[in-house]
Amino acid sequence: MIINGVTIDETFAEAFPMKATRIIITAQNEKWALIAAQAMTGFATSVIACGCEAGIDRTLSHEETPDGRPGVAVMIFAMGGKGLAKQLETRAGQCVLTSPTSALFAGIDSPTKIPLGKNLRYFGDGFQIGKVIGGKRYWRIPVMDGEFLAEATTGQVDAVGGGNFLVLAQSQPQALAACEAAIEAMNKVPNVIMPFPGGVVRSGSKVGSKYAALNASTNDAFCPTLKGATKTQLSDDIESVMEIVIDGLTKEDIDKAMRAGIQAVCDIGAAGGIKRISAGNYGGKLGSYHFHLQEIMA
Amino acid sequence: MNPITFNLKTQPKQRIDMSPLIPANLAGKKLDEISKIPLQCGKPLIPAGELFDISGEDAQNIVITRSFDKLDYIGKELDGGTITVNGDTGAYLGMGMKSGAITVNGNVGIFAGCEMKKGVLEINGDTGDFLGGALPGNKMGMKGGMIVVKGNVGARVGDHMRRGLILIEGNAGDYCGSRMTAGTIAVLGKTGRYLGFAMRRGALLLWNQPQLMASFNDCGAHTLGFLPLLFNSFKTIPSKFADPSLAFNRVQRYAGDMSEIGRGEVLVKI
Repeated sequence: MIINGVTIDETFAEAFPMKATRIIITAQNEKWALIAAQAMTGFATSVIACGCEAGIDRTLSHEETPDGRPGVAVMIFAMGGKGLAKQLETRAGQCVLTSPTSALFAGIDSPTKIPLGKNLRYFGDGFQIGKVIGGKRYWRIPVMDGEFLAEATTGQVDAVGGGNFLVLAQSQPQALAACEAAIEAMNKVPNVIMPFPGGVVRSGSKVGSKYAALNASTNDAFCPTLKGATKTQLSDDIESVMEIVIDGLTKEDIDKAMRAGIQAVCDIGAAGGIKRISAGNYGGKLGSYHFHLQEIMA
Repeated sequence: MNPITFNLKTQPKQRIDMSPLIPANLAGKKLDEISKIPLQCGKPLIPAGELFDISGEDAQNIVITRSFDKLDYIGKELDGGTITVNGDTGAYLGMGMKSGAITVNGNVGIFAGCEMKKGVLEINGDTGDFLGGALPGNKMGMKGGMIVVKGNVGARVGDHMRRGLILIEGNAGDYCGSRMTAGTIAVLGKTGRYLGFAMRRGALLLWNQPQLMASFNDCGAHTLGFLPLLFNSFKTIPSKFADPSLAFNRVQRYAGDMSEIGRGEVLVKI
């Protein structure tokens, strides 16, 4: 398959089941809601070493938030429910509770609940106040700038992590420009996050390593400087490869995001130095969800 | 289907215990069986059919008409369904109710909604003392649900209240929120003396400055983030409280009762 001069490889991306939650952070204005959200989703690029993958789903107007203030929806993904709950509590406690004027609400409903403000309330040292409003429990925790309001729990849902595609370009600036365009398009798709810095990862990995202690290592087949030194997947005219990783609430959400992202890259096309779109395919070893690029773009 | 309607024939001199007339007891019964249900009326037990003209077939919805202030325990332990009362009621309306809704188009006696657990109690009139309170000797009043009163309420509203919401459009009597453990009482009108007497936790939300005891301490003026959520939750309630122009988030906060643990609060609109 070739779109606008860009070859879409006949391959598939592998993704795996994860547990996810969505929360809403509000603040006095969007600037401070974003600051809290960015702090909370920092150092959350990959479950390999961060414990979770997190990102901003989208900003919310005051009409879309429970307390009528500007807000940001954040999604967090982890390999299991326990890990997710621990990461959520730690990050909410250190990054949202501490952020001026913030409040914290559940952003997704599910029969399975994980604590949000339920344990953070103990920061109130006995002065915290519980309130059940409209069937939901909230905690009001006195803090130095007033009161920190947090919903007691949020929903935990089954999700999919690790959807991806690779952008193969003639040069590094062209690969980055195409990825930036892809991320801009993918940010409009709901229920997905691209957890790496700016949504783009330049150090895609393969499963395993020559070093026993590591379970992932550089994807040498796509490293342009190793074209002559390893079993490469790159042709002579490719000098840079970048990857976009997608976590989503459902396989369909990732499908939509991948289609939007790949389309944005293809719109730049061969004229913009884009040669191929490929995917992190590990021979089916990594995950049970397979995203076939050509089917997505059909 | 028409609701099962109990139309009071004459007003007896003795009080009537109406607690057997709830949907759970009427379900699956024919009208002649319902008319044989014995009701305590003073000392004797009198069949319901002698006191009421009974009609209708929908046991989930009950209507009591020509009610008066000696009909006690209406909707006691109600667990689903609705009861509509046209006229006044006696004491213990909706006592210990677990779910469902009771609407009274009239005035209500003492201990209405006492120890209720869930459900909605809507009173289009005034109520007596101990609304949503605990029975004498008991330590736990209302534990959940919502009471909406369009008129005035007596003394000791929410006595020993544990959870839930009481909305009062009129005035509240003395000792409003006495011995509260938690929950919220909102009063649009005025409140009496000894507001929040011995309250431990819970919130009293007021539109008018109350006369406060010395054991309540001023914590200053504040903008509280939970108030927009609270007022937003009132939007669907058939009451003045649904009016967005009555909502506020700026309050004077008083903490008390300091003679107790002092974790309660009186929030007054400013």
